[in-house]
Amino acid sequence: MNRYPLWKYAIIVIALVVGSLYTLPNFFGEAPAVQVSPAKSSVKVDLAVQERVQAALTAANLTPDALTLDNASLKVRFDSTDQQLKAKDAIQQALVPDANDASYVVALNLLARSPAWLTSLNAAPMYLGLDLRGGVHFMLQVDMPAALTKKAESLAGDIRTGLREKNVRHSGISRNNQTIEIRFRDMETLEAAQRVIQDQFLDLQTTSSPDGSDFKLTAVINPVAAKRVQEQAIKQNITTLHNRINELGVAEPVIQQQGTDRIVVQLPGVQDTAKAKDILGRTATLEIRMVDDSAEARSAEFGNGPVPFGTERFMDRNGQAVIVKKQVILTGENLTDAQPGFDTQNQEAAVHLTLDAKGARIFKDVTRESVGKRMAILLFEKGKGEVVTAPVIRSEIGGGRVQISGRMSTVEANDTALLLRAGSLAAPMEIIEERTIGPSLGAENIAKGFDSVTWGFVAVTAFMCIYYMLFGVFSSVALAVNLLLLVAVLSMLQATLTLPGMAAMALVLGMAIDANVLINERVREELRNGASPQSAIHAGYDRAWATILDSNVTTLIAGLALLAFGSGPVRGFAVVHCLGILTSMFSAVFFSRGLVNVWYGRKKKLQSVSIGTVWRA
Amino acid sequence: MEFFKIRKDIPFMKHAVAFNAISFITFVAAVFFLFSRGLHLSVEFTGGTLMEVSYSQPADLNAVRDQIAKLGLSDVQVQNFGTARDVMIRMPAVKGQSSAQQSEQVLTALKASDANVQLRRTEFVGPQVGDELAADGLKALAFVVVGIMIYLAMRFEWKFAVAAIIANLHDVVIILGFFAFFQWEFSLPVLAAVLAVLGYSVNESVVIFDRIRENFRRYRKMGTVEIIDNAITSTISRTIITHGCTQLMVLSMLLFGGATLHYFALALTIGICFGIYSSVFVAAAIAMWLGIRRDDLIKHHANKAAHDPDDENSGAVV
Repeated sequence: MNRYPLWKYAIIVIALVVGSLYTLPNFFGEAPAVQVSPAKSSVKVDLAVQERVQAALTAANLTPDALTLDNASLKVRFDSTDQQLKAKDAIQQALVPDANDASYVVALNLLARSPAWLTSLNAAPMYLGLDLRGGVHFMLQVDMPAALTKKAESLAGDIRTGLREKNVRHSGISRNNQTIEIRFRDMETLEAAQRVIQDQFLDLQTTSSPDGSDFKLTAVINPVAAKRVQEQAIKQNITTLHNRINELGVAEPVIQQQGTDRIVVQLPGVQDTAKAKDILGRTATLEIRMVDDSAEARSAEFGNGPVPFGTERFMDRNGQAVIVKKQVILTGENLTDAQPGFDTQNQEAAVHLTLDAKGARIFKDVTRESVGKRMAILLFEKGKGEVVTAPVIRSEIGGGRVQISGRMSTVEANDTALLLRAGSLAAPMEIIEERTIGPSLGAENIAKGFDSVTWGFVAVTAFMCIYYMLFGVFSSVALAVNLLLLVAVLSMLQATLTLPGMAAMALVLGMAIDANVLINERVREELRNGASPQSAIHAGYDRAWATILDSNVTTLIAGLALLAFGSGPVRGFAVVHCLGILTSMFSAVFFSRGLVNVWYGRKKKLQSVSIGTVWRA
Repeated sequence: MEFFKIRKDIPFMKHAVAFNAISFITFVAAVFFLFSRGLHLSVEFTGGTLMEVSYSQPADLNAVRDQIAKLGLSDVQVQNFGTARDVMIRMPAVKGQSSAQQSEQVLTALKASDANVQLRRTEFVGPQVGDELAADGLKALAFVVVGIMIYLAMRFEWKFAVAAIIANLHDVVIILGFFAFFQWEFSLPVLAAVLAVLGYSVNESVVIFDRIRENFRRYRKMGTVEIIDNAITSTISRTIITHGCTQLMVLSMLLFGGATLHYFALALTIGICFGIYSSVFVAAAIAMWLGIRRDDLIKHHANKAAHDPDDENSGAVV
């Protein structure tokens, strides 16, 4: 009765082999490595780059342990951190001669030391969370109302042009938060304008209402378009963050969208957290507007008069006031790049801007109409605007390549370019959650988690072996298998292991032993009631199963709740907790039964089983 | 080796009133402290900045406080964390100043007086996230309670579900009461521990209920009280051994897990101790008072054989 068919043993053996294979990479640890990845989408890390890296390393007298080229990056492994640092400098010099125009990101990384045959099986060690390896975690909230307001502003400008082209006379267009209001003298023009808007601006929905003796047309962005604007805004911000993070040289940055308006950024292994925060925290948006050069504006600039209607007053970096029109010509969206450089004619420091097609067209029109006037580039940080630069337009600029020069030092040009690049975000962002874990704390946390699991495991198995004798040994082996399978599954899924995750591992082992205790107690009880050893084993496992299932389901419900509603550390806990419960059902019931069957199942005339003392009433 | 040699069923239900009275008093005390003292919520819930710095020698907390006070930050808590050399600084969120600026400022100030100070960890949570976390925590709790009740009502009967949830929610409140009384820090991992304990101690009630159901089937002549007494007596050794084993693990976390896991392990310890008490003495008694009968359970007999089809280990019964 205590026999398994062959296929059940086969399942056990397969599970053990697969489990061991995927657990194995975790034992090899990690080796210091240098990772080369492309900083721009136009460059590729290929064999040519590999040769250059190899040449650079040979020149620096360094021999790497391994050199692997995958589709995205080149990883070079070393056996000491010392070599790794030297190699990073050598590679950096060879591949990135100009730090301001880096085509490649050369970053320090840790690489699994596991042998190639394991890697070829896709067996990789568990992914360590930031609290175990050190690094920075940010959660950024994208200011969606601001994105919509900006969209409304640019639409208002477009409506103005559209109505002029169609010769529809209005008596004023204004924007109130996210709604655009257009005033008309009579109903006919309003209707004409409404038709123009309906034909040309599919993103808007309009309603008309009388406004005193005038008529008012109110246009708002329709929900579908609003959703699209928000999606685009978050995508654009993610791309911009990618570029900024490339400047930092992080090996495996994680940049993910969370929910509809949040972005999570994780930078493992970053030591210079201040710089990371500085670059990421620069949550700025960029706008190009015309400077108002009228007489009233001039006097307002010096504080001698009110700011004229339709303009705003901003300070530039030197604290001088600039009166700028409210109408936005271009936003950071249209700016694809900003690089410091030199004026080709007089070798003055300059900033080169690249605009996208739409931006280039608008820019051409505007500059043609306003040669000799000034335009201001504004940077908004947390709702506060600042004029980065307000150059005079010297001639019509076409082709989308803009150069800002004059009275600028090289350092200033560098700063401005960086600010402009950083500013090409679609909507402002704010850091709403931040976690920084120093590298030494990470290592300590690993040790603490490991110790907790190890000593807890030792204590439990020791107790089980003493209390239940051979059945305790079976239970302990089953518990070890549970740990093995859990680690294997976590490695396979490449789940992120955190300190709470390690705590969950310890806890789940402590809970998993419950199943074996239930079974062992049941077997003892059957023996106590006078059952023969074989039938006692059979009945023990059989009767305990329903209870084990029930109790695991309730624990699993709690685990799933944590998984569904938890965030951050709780999620890490919940993943391990749930997986651990599932693996424990396999190991504690199916696997341990297999062990018992192998040991006792074949003995037909079994007189006694080793399950500790069974007292009889 | 065998710890438990119980020859006769222990008349647990005879003392049910007394046990429940103890339980009720503890519960009321816990609720009282929860309201009078409140939970000492961590930065995750309240929003604000947390910094952990470590010195090469035992840190002078007053000096640290003075240095931070000079920066003009108010409501700053400074305390040791784990060892005398590690210091934890908690600051409320300041409007118009990012956490990055705040923590840099503090670190610069601390470095000015002792260059050996090292930043180990910072954590900043905006107030909107804190509110969300609290809401999510409550949602998770509700999900667990409802989920477990539905499951138990399906597997057993609504009376068991109600009894188990009352007994185990009272554990949760008592854990929270401890955290309020000692003003231990209530953080996200502690919340996870509380929910895990909820699931875990329901286990305990399930094991006893399972035995009650089995006894109803097996001993047709026994009365409800005797059946419950017998069920508890025959599972008590398993109850204590299981919890002992889990506690061994938790103890190991308490000893080796360091300051980060300290309160997590503490919450589990309290949960495990009260989990035994409530499952053994409270849950069964409530079920008894709710009037469980043999007929309620026997009709479910047919369902019992049907295992969860989604469970890959259903086949394990040989």
